[in-house]
Amino acid sequence: MAIWFTRSKNIAHYLNLKRYVGVSAGIVLLNHTSLNSSLQSSTIPLSRDNRRTPPAATCFGSSATLFSLRRFESTEAEKRLYDYEDEYQALDFPGGKVAFTSEMQFISESAEKRVPCYRVLDDHGQLVMGSSFEQVSKEAAVKMYGNMVTLQIMDTIFYEAQRQGRISFYVTSLGEEAINIASAAALTADDIILPQYREPGILLWRGFTLQEFANQCFGNEADYGKGRQMPIHYGSRKHNFFTISSPIATQLPQAVGAAYSLKMDKKDACVVTYFGDGGSSEGDFHASLNFAAVMEAPVIFICRNNGWAISTPILEQFRSDGVVVKGQAYGIRSIRVDGNDALAVYSAVHTAREMAISEQRPILVEALTYRVGHHSTSDDSTKYRPADEIEYWKMARNPVNRFRKWVEKNGWWSDKDESELRSNVRKQVEVGKLFICLLNPFSSGQLSKFSLTCYTSMQLLQAIQVAEKMEKPPLVDLFTDVYDLPPSNLLEQERLLKETIKRHPQDYPSDVPV
Amino acid sequence: MLGILRQKVSFGGSHISIVEQSFLRIRPAVNASRGYTSAAKEMTVRDALNSALDEEMSADPKVFLMGEEVGEYQGAYKISKGLLDKYGPERVVDTPITEAGFTGIGVGAAYYGLRPVIEFMTFNFSMQAIDHIINSAAKSNYMSAGQISVPIVFRGPNGAAAGVGAQHSQCYAAWYAACPGLKVLSPYSSEDARGLLKAAIRDPDPVVFLENELLYGESFPVAAEVLDSSFCLPIGKAKIEREGKDVTITAFSKMVGYALKAAEILANEGISAEVINLRSIRPMDKATINASVRKTNRLVTVEEGFPQHGVGAEICTSVIEESFEYLDAAVERIAGADVPMPYAANLERMAVPQIEDIVRAAKRTCYRSVPKAATA
Repeated sequence: MAIWFTRSKNIAHYLNLKRYVGVSAGIVLLNHTSLNSSLQSSTIPLSRDNRRTPPAATCFGSSATLFSLRRFESTEAEKRLYDYEDEYQALDFPGGKVAFTSEMQFISESAEKRVPCYRVLDDHGQLVMGSSFEQVSKEAAVKMYGNMVTLQIMDTIFYEAQRQGRISFYVTSLGEEAINIASAAALTADDIILPQYREPGILLWRGFTLQEFANQCFGNEADYGKGRQMPIHYGSRKHNFFTISSPIATQLPQAVGAAYSLKMDKKDACVVTYFGDGGSSEGDFHASLNFAAVMEAPVIFICRNNGWAISTPILEQFRSDGVVVKGQAYGIRSIRVDGNDALAVYSAVHTAREMAISEQRPILVEALTYRVGHHSTSDDSTKYRPADEIEYWKMARNPVNRFRKWVEKNGWWSDKDESELRSNVRKQVEVGKLFICLLNPFSSGQLSKFSLTCYTSMQLLQAIQVAEKMEKPPLVDLFTDVYDLPPSNLLEQERLLKETIKRHPQDYPSDVPV
Repeated sequence: MLGILRQKVSFGGSHISIVEQSFLRIRPAVNASRGYTSAAKEMTVRDALNSALDEEMSADPKVFLMGEEVGEYQGAYKISKGLLDKYGPERVVDTPITEAGFTGIGVGAAYYGLRPVIEFMTFNFSMQAIDHIINSAAKSNYMSAGQISVPIVFRGPNGAAAGVGAQHSQCYAAWYAACPGLKVLSPYSSEDARGLLKAAIRDPDPVVFLENELLYGESFPVAAEVLDSSFCLPIGKAKIEREGKDVTITAFSKMVGYALKAAEILANEGISAEVINLRSIRPMDKATINASVRKTNRLVTVEEGFPQHGVGAEICTSVIEESFEYLDAAVERIAGADVPMPYAANLERMAVPQIEDIVRAAKRTCYRSVPKAATA
């Protein structure tokens, strides 16, 4: 039976069965019969009798019928017969040639194996044997570690400040420090960043001070945003970091547009844009990936797949193998990387940048990680996920600790550094109040971490105090920047408002300059 | 015409004293359109837009056009005819079908420093991209405290065409004009089209430029100054198309033509109507409108769009706030019917203002003796 099947199949190929419409139609009708019987009754109307006839005889019978059919084909069909020895012929369609197959096969909804995840450091900070990665200098590694710790502390303290009612809102990046800092470290200052809202680490890396962060959160007169936006909506032209915009994924097509402009300028720089797993559901995501590929724009799409979009887990967000597989669907080179492995993220983004600029193409990087904190201060994630899951990722899969272990193993973070920091901290502690209550929740008892923590905490608390006391932006900033030049109606309204304030000064807040 | 376009201008760069330039240019243009000189050239609105785009792209290499069918197809309405051949695919970009996509890309390009002109096949499709227009383009300069400027132009046909049904006929003037941060322009004649599009492209703020499909083919006389490559109209100034003393009729885009025809009919009946072509919906030239109403004491606003929260509502309120004592009659609003645009020709005709509606409204403000027609 099996041999017969093979022979008949070969004959079918040789005779180019698919070409004969009647045959194809015959096959299509037989939706519940096996391929065997379909070949048997190719041009003969299906009837129960056909299936009972001896297979061999029917097969030859049908092929005879087919041969006779061929005589009535056009000359084009005749010509094709000469190709019959070539099994993999191509069909010409708009969009290029495609090989065809007469085996009806649906592409499975999921690949047999999930796309593997690139990682270089194991859970204990040990370099995996035989791994390929971009070398990081001692200077860079220490700066990266320091920044990751600073980011962690900054998040913790600002979160507390919101809970105390000192700022109205905050979004932490806890658990995603490696993505933030390592990706920023792999880029240059000329690369343009279009962030979502969970990437303050990039600004930190580029030199945004704790004071500048605090100023934006408090919306005071030193805020570069002139007090116009909610907290965490940082933006800095001089750091090439576009002001954060709340609607999800709108930055993606905008990044492609900026990349297109960079391309026209022929600059040695690219655009890097970030989004989450939830953001990949937005229409803008699909339009921008498609467009970036068509326009050959030098843009890196970095997806922080942290498992949660507020309360929506991955399974309810999409049914594909994460976000990385979507890249190929749009013709974009993609990689999946362990987002909690700073070294892997650094290597992947560094290489992606080189490819994006030298080949003028978009790249998709999916960084797998976990959102340790709540979505924002308006969220309590224990309501929709188990507390021990959060605890596990916070402690056992901590990216900061993992990187620290590697840095220490290299001998780049030593006792000497610890003691220096320790004495610094001691001075601070003797002079001022003790802020032990703000101990970093990730502390595993190591003194170096503690010292760095305290030092940064002191700085941050001071920054918050300064920011809080600072005056708010002046009244004129209510009306400027709506347009390039203020229009007459707004100038008039400003004038009227100032007059009203002059008349009723007791009704006007004292900490807002006129 | 090419010879006129290549005339050197003694006024130098395009950015100095636009108001001054236009002051010197509008007067002669007005005279020309009154037919004082038989040497006035005729130009279709389509050619006016095409030449404006051509000249601005030639003058500034940062200007580029993006939209569906703008390149190979020469533009869905042939507005961008010849531009692909002249400037190449980098500056005339044919896009996949994604308004959200190419609008977002345009905004991103503007963030970086290019000056995109985004074409929507009709403004009805702009709704698929409206988040980028409002939340990104309009608000970015303010939200970033001046760090991100968005010198972008969104243009395309707006309002009703002929027999295209509800999803292709809505007027978006009121929607966009409500949003601070945007400028909204709507030309009527070829002079308007040329001058306002040039002004829009040169403007550092995001501009929504509402054209009209039925006007593309209409021809208007244009003075020689209009054909000059540095010609520009000021944003925020309305034009008095026809002076009068009995009633003020305000209109924009296609309705200006209707209002002018209505004014002719009214003139035969002894009513002298002043027709104001708004040109700029945001910022609106409330000064000109109020000055006119203070002269005539009566107001009729005309628009194609839906009546509730429309452009006419804003004009009426402005006049009541500023010139209440000058009104001798209640203000009248003529707008499209409060229904999605029907397709059948007879129904469509009833859903859009007609010249007779404008005449009747003007008469009502003058006599107050003609009963109002039944309204929805």
